[in-house]
Amino acid sequence: MDSILSILIFFPALAGILGFVVDKHSAKAYGVAVAAIELILALWLWLKFDITNAGMQFTEKVDLISQFGISYNVGVDGISLFIVIMATFITLLGIILLRPDTKNMKNMIVSLLFLEMTMVGVFLSLDAIIFYLFWELSLVPMLYIIGAWGGPTRVYAAVKFFLYTFAGSLVMLVGLLAMAYLYHIATGTWSFNILDWYTLELTENQQFWLFLAFFMGFAIKVPMFPFHTWLPHAHGQAPTIGSVILAAVLLKMGTYGFVRFSLPILPDASVTFTPFIMTLALIMVIYTAMIAFAQKDMKQVIAYSSVSHMGIIMLGVFAMNAEGLGGSVFLMLSHGIVSGALFMLVGVIYERRGTKIMSEFGGLAAVMPIYATIFGVMLMASVGLPLTIGFVGEFLVLLGFYKVSALGTILAGTTIIIGSVYMLALFKKSFFGPLTNEKNKDLKDLDARELTALIPLVLIVVWLGVYPKPVLEPIDNSVKALLVQMENKAISAETKEAIVISKKEAK
Amino acid sequence: MLEPVNISIEALNLATLMPMLIAIGGGLVILVLDLAKENLHKSLYVMLTVLILLIDLGATTGLTYGANEKGFFDVMLIDGIAVMSQVLILVASMLFIPLALTSKRFHEYSYPEFFALFLFMIAGFQFMVSSDNLILIFIGLETASLSLYTLIALHNRSNSFEAAVKYFTMGALAAGFFTMGSAVLYGVSGSLELGQIAGAISERMNEPGIMILLLGGAGLLLTAFAFKLSLFPFHTWAPDVYEGASAPLAGYMSVVPKVAAFVVSMRIFEMFIELQIHWVQTMIIILAVITMTIANLMALVQEDVKRMLAYSSISHAGFVMVAIALATDKSNAAVFLYYALFMFTNLGAFAMLWVSRHKDRVHHARYDHPYEKFSGMIKIMPMGAIVMGLFMLSLAGVPPFSVFWGKIYLMSATVDAGYLWLAVVMGLNSAIAAYYYLKLIVFMFLKEPTAQVTQETTYYNVSKPLLTILGFAVLVTVASIFMVDPLLEYIHTMIAATNFGI
Repeated sequence: MDSILSILIFFPALAGILGFVVDKHSAKAYGVAVAAIELILALWLWLKFDITNAGMQFTEKVDLISQFGISYNVGVDGISLFIVIMATFITLLGIILLRPDTKNMKNMIVSLLFLEMTMVGVFLSLDAIIFYLFWELSLVPMLYIIGAWGGPTRVYAAVKFFLYTFAGSLVMLVGLLAMAYLYHIATGTWSFNILDWYTLELTENQQFWLFLAFFMGFAIKVPMFPFHTWLPHAHGQAPTIGSVILAAVLLKMGTYGFVRFSLPILPDASVTFTPFIMTLALIMVIYTAMIAFAQKDMKQVIAYSSVSHMGIIMLGVFAMNAEGLGGSVFLMLSHGIVSGALFMLVGVIYERRGTKIMSEFGGLAAVMPIYATIFGVMLMASVGLPLTIGFVGEFLVLLGFYKVSALGTILAGTTIIIGSVYMLALFKKSFFGPLTNEKNKDLKDLDARELTALIPLVLIVVWLGVYPKPVLEPIDNSVKALLVQMENKAISAETKEAIVISKKEAK
Repeated sequence: MLEPVNISIEALNLATLMPMLIAIGGGLVILVLDLAKENLHKSLYVMLTVLILLIDLGATTGLTYGANEKGFFDVMLIDGIAVMSQVLILVASMLFIPLALTSKRFHEYSYPEFFALFLFMIAGFQFMVSSDNLILIFIGLETASLSLYTLIALHNRSNSFEAAVKYFTMGALAAGFFTMGSAVLYGVSGSLELGQIAGAISERMNEPGIMILLLGGAGLLLTAFAFKLSLFPFHTWAPDVYEGASAPLAGYMSVVPKVAAFVVSMRIFEMFIELQIHWVQTMIIILAVITMTIANLMALVQEDVKRMLAYSSISHAGFVMVAIALATDKSNAAVFLYYALFMFTNLGAFAMLWVSRHKDRVHHARYDHPYEKFSGMIKIMPMGAIVMGLFMLSLAGVPPFSVFWGKIYLMSATVDAGYLWLAVVMGLNSAIAAYYYLKLIVFMFLKEPTAQVTQETTYYNVSKPLLTILGFAVLVTVASIFMVDPLLEYIHTMIAATNFGI
């Protein structure tokens, strides 16, 4: 099966179209079945994946608009492989967790399946226009999910989400077109193939402007400070499934874009911009962590903590060494698993009580012990306790970042402390203490549906926390290949030095 | 005594006139048919018109376009863009005319004159695009415009008359500007043929004071075309006229007259740009940027979908106007790619309005198509809502739907020409535009239906021909990614067979 990547991308979309025919009472079962098949396909891809090969595998190329150099071009390497698996995994668990009495279940399932296509498509595309296509298309189902199933001001939040990202990515599109034009000048042919672009030499001035254009698209998606203002709204209004997918997968598109586009295509500009990005990322890490501490709403705490952790991922990406970059790719996975799980957990309590305000709770551990345990595990993973999935990535990122800036590392390290403060405060307020609120007296603990969705996440958190090697190794291979490629391409001596030093130390 | 003029019939090269003669002849046949037997059903006229257009299309594609062939006392010019734009016009017309076959009766379609006028209008547009003689361009423009005013006035709304009169007045003004501009150019060059004008101007470029004359000539012509293309500040007629015209005719007006006007603008203004008269270029860029921005901002505050679409098509015209200023082969190709794809989506969107058209205003005292009319459409008629949603996403430029490809090709042409800031402005304008398209999507998908919105009221005017046309529109909108390559190949062949600025 050579075309496994195309099957992975288009199977959910096809299933989504056919899903219109499925009876609405069977829609959820249909969704679970399709998402499970998709996950199996993704796992099968992992099985067939050659972990010693650092380059692109399973590539497929079909010319679409040959006059303009646009082709359907997909491939997978160690960086994208696990993000795709994580995306399919989270989608499956999210669908399992959907309440059976969700209104318009069929529309929800169809939108989720289309969303899954766009998510998988973004991470597998090797053609800039196809990448952009999936990138933009992912906004549409998400707009519908937030707007149709969200909270009271859902329409405002959904439209803000759409327009904010859309505006940023149009600036990015100009960058992509300029890139293609530069390639055309240099070689005489049009190409939007990213691998072709990797080979193109650009002057520092060109790199500077292209970096800015790409930055607008990616930074809004991440979301980097000061472009993060759309996210709390979106999370605040989105239904549980929307928040889960938004935090776990959609935000990763931004960081993935930096890894796939900005670093290898524009190595010199990436090094030039490193202080700028790091400042923004540090502000983002510390500032949003402090905001998180001030929140009264449980979901907002998790939303801001999720932004704060995205800052650490950004630090790792721009550390430009194997530990930092590899760590941040790993952190993308663990952030997806952990923040996805936390949003699911908030959704569980919101379903029971209809509120997310922490002061309404207290002493929940007494009535919902299993829930409290799982929440505790995820919380520890979120603050990066050793032997959980969160520790591995965070440690590697800080290790990599230490080589760049010791002071920055200390600052970023404080977030682990702030992070544990607000997370433990959340835990204390909600789960410990006396059970004061009458309404909480007879809350039911997790039922079978919720356990099915959450237990796999707990297992992964522990498994990859204790033994991350099977995932880290392919990531490491591809990341090193990317760094070598960056070094070869870099034109200024400083850039080469910045990358070389880190490479030597990596060995 | 005057010498008798001897012209052989071969020298006239009558073949170049064939397409227009077919359209005019077809219009006459329809009139004669009405004389012979009264009260024939509109379906007969519709199908007859489609057939005539088909023959016309055959004659057009049969023209030899490689050698910039001249004909009929050298006023006709058959080159690549002449043929290609005629094809575009004819295809758009064939998509438009079946929209007359609604399930409810609208009186304009029971007059055979409607169809005859329609064919005369097409002949006018065909003359306009296949000539480089300012007089013939003017005659084509006026034939087409006068027919179009009448078609608008035939609709059964009181504001249709208002629209027609408004359009007529503005059109007359534009005609005035056009003749004055032509007169100035004639004064400068002693010719009305663009090729000879270009030659004469390039010889006189160094003369003192020539720029003032050219400012008059080009400025007046630009004003005339700004009226026709609804560019700022001459765009104010457009929303009222679109609102007064029937929905399909409004959709038609946002495509066909604009294509024709863009072709003529290409011939005229790219000649000036070729002659290194830079302020023409600057002025067009400024006009384009202001047009798309103002129209986008105005569209944000509209309460009526049709008016919103009117402003949206003004903004699209401003967007495409950038291509005229760039004057490269790629930007010219982008104009045709843009309109070839935009045509289907936009006609589809207006056809969706037509499907839901009532005799009376059910939803709003002032508007036929307020946003509330589409409220909660996903609950009542999911397919209709999805189709309209697709059109809106396509107009907003979300990939992979049709308009996106035109957009990136034009933006790419802008980047190639070195206008990065302009490409960014175009991108940001698309982001503003996304808001008002989303507004309709929000109404359709995210709001609850109002009491008046039922399947009955929203599918009021539907019929099989309408659904067929909508089917075509959806097909092209969704599958456009596979059509761009052959389209581009055709367009580039045609552009290569055109000699600009000689």
